[in-house]
Amino acid sequence: MNDWPLLSLTTFLPLLGALFILTIRGEAEVVTRNARAVALLTSIATFIVSLFIAVKFNGASPDFQFKETATWFPGTTIAYSMGVDGVSMWFVILSTFLTPLCILSSFAGVTKRVKEYMVAFLILETMMVGMFCALDLVLFYIFFEGVLIPMFIIIGVWGGPRRVYAAFKLFLYTLLGSVLMLLAMMAIYFEAHTTDIPSLMAHSFPFAMQQWLWLAFFASFAVKVPMWPVHTWLPDAHVEAPTAGSVILAGVLLKMGAYGFLRFSVPMMPDASVYFTPLIYTLSIVAVIYTSLVALVQDDMKKLIAYSSVAHMGYVTIGIFSMTMQGVEGAIFQMLSHGVVSAALFLCVGVVYDRMHTREIKRYGGLTSRMPKYAVVFLFFTMASVGLPGTSGFVGEFLVLLGVFQVNTWVAFFAATGLVLGAAYMLVLYRGVMFGRLVREDLKTILDLDMREVAVFAPLILIVIWMGVYPSTFIDPMHASVAKLIDNYELARAAHEGLSVAAR
Amino acid sequence: MSIIPDLVPVLPELFVAVAGLALLMLGVFRKEDSTRSISVLVIMVLASAMVLVSSLGSDRHTAFNGLFVADRFAGFAKALILLASAFAVAMSLQFLEKERIGRFEYPVLVLFATLGMMMMVSANDFMSLYLGLELQSLSLYVLAAFQRNSLKSTEAGLKYFVLGALASGMLLYGVSLLYGFAGTTSFEGLANVFAGGHGHGVKPGLGIIAGLVFVLAGLSFKISAVPFHMWAPDVYEGAPTPVTAFFAVAPKIAALCLLVRVMTGPFGDLTEQWRQVVTFISIGSMAVGAFAAIAQTNIKRLMAYSSIGHVGFVLVGVAAGSNLGIQGVLIYLAIYLFMNVGTFAVILSMRQKGRMVEGIADLAGLSKTNPVMAFVMAVLMFSMAGIPPLAGFWGKFYVFMAAIEAQLYTLAILGVLSSVVSAFYYLRIIKIMYFDEPDEALDRPVGRSMALVMAVSTLVVLAFTFVPAPLVTGAKAAASVLFPAAG
Repeated sequence: MNDWPLLSLTTFLPLLGALFILTIRGEAEVVTRNARAVALLTSIATFIVSLFIAVKFNGASPDFQFKETATWFPGTTIAYSMGVDGVSMWFVILSTFLTPLCILSSFAGVTKRVKEYMVAFLILETMMVGMFCALDLVLFYIFFEGVLIPMFIIIGVWGGPRRVYAAFKLFLYTLLGSVLMLLAMMAIYFEAHTTDIPSLMAHSFPFAMQQWLWLAFFASFAVKVPMWPVHTWLPDAHVEAPTAGSVILAGVLLKMGAYGFLRFSVPMMPDASVYFTPLIYTLSIVAVIYTSLVALVQDDMKKLIAYSSVAHMGYVTIGIFSMTMQGVEGAIFQMLSHGVVSAALFLCVGVVYDRMHTREIKRYGGLTSRMPKYAVVFLFFTMASVGLPGTSGFVGEFLVLLGVFQVNTWVAFFAATGLVLGAAYMLVLYRGVMFGRLVREDLKTILDLDMREVAVFAPLILIVIWMGVYPSTFIDPMHASVAKLIDNYELARAAHEGLSVAAR
Repeated sequence: MSIIPDLVPVLPELFVAVAGLALLMLGVFRKEDSTRSISVLVIMVLASAMVLVSSLGSDRHTAFNGLFVADRFAGFAKALILLASAFAVAMSLQFLEKERIGRFEYPVLVLFATLGMMMMVSANDFMSLYLGLELQSLSLYVLAAFQRNSLKSTEAGLKYFVLGALASGMLLYGVSLLYGFAGTTSFEGLANVFAGGHGHGVKPGLGIIAGLVFVLAGLSFKISAVPFHMWAPDVYEGAPTPVTAFFAVAPKIAALCLLVRVMTGPFGDLTEQWRQVVTFISIGSMAVGAFAAIAQTNIKRLMAYSSIGHVGFVLVGVAAGSNLGIQGVLIYLAIYLFMNVGTFAVILSMRQKGRMVEGIADLAGLSKTNPVMAFVMAVLMFSMAGIPPLAGFWGKFYVFMAAIEAQLYTLAILGVLSSVVSAFYYLRIIKIMYFDEPDEALDRPVGRSMALVMAVSTLVVLAFTFVPAPLVTGAKAAASVLFPAAG
């Protein structure tokens, strides 16, 4: 199994499944059933294949592993080149882990045009996994942008009442940022004469050029993260998307921007990163505090969680740009944790939405008496989101604060206020939905979680506890890669400082 | 110099010309309506011409005392033109029969127009350029007015003719100025005249620049670039739909390849002089194509603005004026061909109760009434918007890469921004097909030839990302003959 192209297999297996689903013909009901079965089996198979990556991954090595290369565009250096290191490996697993859960969770929520839905989801999985594995600039861009096509369709076809607006906003916002990044990538190509990401990480660009490149990449990644003030597409997209769409959006798609910062901005443009760090800190702190306050006053459950995502991603960007071992690892860990927890929270919303078809917090109340199992699950993820020790949320936030405290105590202070606000809005949400007296007539017949829903939540709960109690499993494989990232960064910094001192 | 070897490079053109005349005779002397059989024969002629073009080999040959040149660039362009014409004829047949305007002259006119285009891309002198251009244009004027009973079609034909004649006049005037100031109309002769000036820092005179601008204006009209684009929406809307499909592809490819040859050949050393003009035209076309298309409700008009926008993107590659830029132009054109042909196959299949419909709103809910066709259209629209991993992205990728290489940063940034704007209206079509509820279903089935065209174009658009090498290498080889110094 050693020489199997594991990454390509993980990437393109879902695409194969999608093609297979397209060939299903026959009665509408049979097609629906078969499409669901094929999609679920494909995504589970993909997850199992991806586990081999995690198992065989050599955590001691900072290099890219499982590398695959093939010529692609003759006459240029653009090649089909795949590989993972300690930073990207977990994101691959996160994507393959969440997709089967999404597919399983949408068995109840999505009842029309199921075949197309499953095809779109599997194509989406291919794009996500491919993006985290890509080791070529252009290949990365292909996957990065390609995500938009299935996402646009998923929100637009299966979304809520304002789905068209939300789908267009998501698409055009992201595209606008990305095209500038594309131009920056081309400029990189003509400067360094390569599109190979590992070689580019070792290349040093002139400072003036770095600044422009950094801004162009920032335009794309900031929209994707999303950072304040370009976050406004996110609440719309989240509210209108079907449950599984929100899950993937929060779970994986938001990580693409932060991953981009880690993969491109920091290692390739270290001097510009230092130069713009205050900007990132400011925007992140605004995101943490402002969006937390906005979240406090939301009536819509999904919108509240969407704003909380923006706040949580603020921690991630702070962590990345603290450029300390703890900060960066904390940021990555926070992304993984947020990927699982916010995904689970959207699934929790989906549970009651499938039953009552409303997400307004005021329409609920007192669900604890009718839905004890649901109450436990929801409370668990609420606590994880708040960052209760013992859950994954705590580890990520703590490490980020620890990291940034060494660099800038004020940033750490303001970021920490987000923890308090986070607890506030999540508890408001939980109280509104679960506690109080069950007064509404239509809620009195609501049913608790069924077996399928338990099957969706069980793995999520396990993972959150595992990440919270024994985070080393996840952090150890990162050490070498993150250490190399920071070493290279310090070296580049020293060289730059040396230059500017010499210039004086 | 004997006459026989001189004619070998012209063999495809001679063949097409003789075949065109023969088919015309055949049509006249046959009693019954022979549109169908002649159409099939025309497609066969085009296919044979393609074989002839490809059998010519890759060396550079000239004929008619240097008036005509056959090289790899011409070969590549001719292959695209022949392909586009064959697609156009194949798509027309069903329409002509259903609308009862089938006449055998139709395929023959397409054939003559194709001959004109082949001459254009092989021109090596402004005289032969003009001959090819006029043969093409005159055939197209007639085609635009082919639906004689329709007011719109005749109006389109007349409009196209009057404005086209004006453009031809401007082109000729520019050529006469060039001849007056440089003393020759031959591309090589002109290149020699200008080569000295550039090297020694001597600027070309005002007369030359004026001539250059007039030539550019004339050619811009033919490719419907801003500010000479006004005719395009009206002609596209008025002309019978298969003619529009033809207009949108083959003549555009021919005129753009011609523009490339003129700009890199005789004016290859005046890049600094024409670059600002081409940049301006390019930005204008991209912007108009992007913004004006948003308000359209007729899909043929929309396609007119879309093609204006695409011309703008192609001109980004021309403005770069480098080997990479021309390679990008050729890749863009090849992909553009398939995208447009596929889209027009869908448009030609838009019938409700046997009647053609042209409103964008008529596509509403297509994904439910005809999922396959909706899928084809969605793929093509995403591709036109330039979203990876579809082929349309790579066309844009190459031209913008050339622009960055030539350090035309402003042009590149304005270009990608307008591509975002244009994404909006392509997405709108997808939205109408996928997000809206069906109103009245389109007729099914769509017919075999249409289904085939759709299948081929969609496959090309989808598969290009996976196997880009053949097209990229071909375009590279074709582009490099224009830059002999670079090898």
